Amino acid sequence: MQRFANPGKFLRLAAVVQPVAITVLAMSLVLGLILGLVVAPPDYQQGDTVRIMYVHVPAAWMALFVYTVMAVASAVTLIWRHPLAEIAARASAPIGACFTFVALATGSLWGKPMWGTWWVWDARLTSVLVLFFLYVGYIALANAFDDEERGGRAASILALVGFVNVPIIKFSVDWWNTLHQPASVLKIGGPAIDASMLWPLLLMAVAFKAFYVAVLIMRMRAELAERRLRVATLAGAQG
Amino acid sequence: MDAIATFLSMGGYWPYVWPAFALTAAVLGGLWLVSWRAMKTREAEADALPSRRRDARPETSP
Repeated sequence: MQRFANPGKFLRLAAVVQPVAITVLAMSLVLGLILGLVVAPPDYQQGDTVRIMYVHVPAAWMALFVYTVMAVASAVTLIWRHPLAEIAARASAPIGACFTFVALATGSLWGKPMWGTWWVWDARLTSVLVLFFLYVGYIALANAFDDEERGGRAASILALVGFVNVPIIKFSVDWWNTLHQPASVLKIGGPAIDASMLWPLLLMAVAFKAFYVAVLIMRMRAELAERRLRVATLAGAQG
Repeated sequence: MDAIATFLSMGGYWPYVWPAFALTAAVLGGLWLVSWRAMKTREAEADALPSRRRDARPETSP
């Protein structure tokens, strides 16, 4: 584990992974948008509003995925005091918050014409809103202490406690009666969605994942540089 | 021309479909720009440190 805790090794790996992620993002985004907006047919019930799915669903998947990454990184931070894990969790939080906001806002734009309302306090929507507040809380807590290490530890505990919300979001549509439809892609028995709609959805999901990798690396590199500056300032003040 | 108008109207649902895509582009594009600028600025500042101080970079720490 400690082998991967070296920022120098991370920066060398990032120099390879970042351009690959940006290339994958560009290709899958262009193809996904063309297939999703032009080639894929409108839904027989929902008409063209179904195209909102191509941004809403990948954003919702990423909201859960990024929080899971944050929770794992927080556990590694607390157990092994892995410095890069703490930086990865900190860097992930604003990205996850943005994905969650996009999922909520696009869901609202999809809900109005289909459900007749922008918002309803049902289990799925409310639990995703809680996820958004967990991200915001993590960011606030991580920056609330003068001692960065204490802030990181407190935020890591919040991330771990808040992880209980992830399975609640996933299974909320099965456990409670909600306006939100149940899973149609990630379900037992395979996707209940036609290939003409599934492919653009999967391509957009790849694009969003590549976006996360690229931006995560940007934010981690910025944080590492910031820490180098801080160390240098401290060294300058002492000597 | 009709084909473009049909495409843009999104079956009459354009007030919902296009704002959803525009909002996604604005939020994620904004995050990309802010993150890219932060990375470039901080790394330029850190690289401009005198070499004696740059030895203090956490390159060798676990």
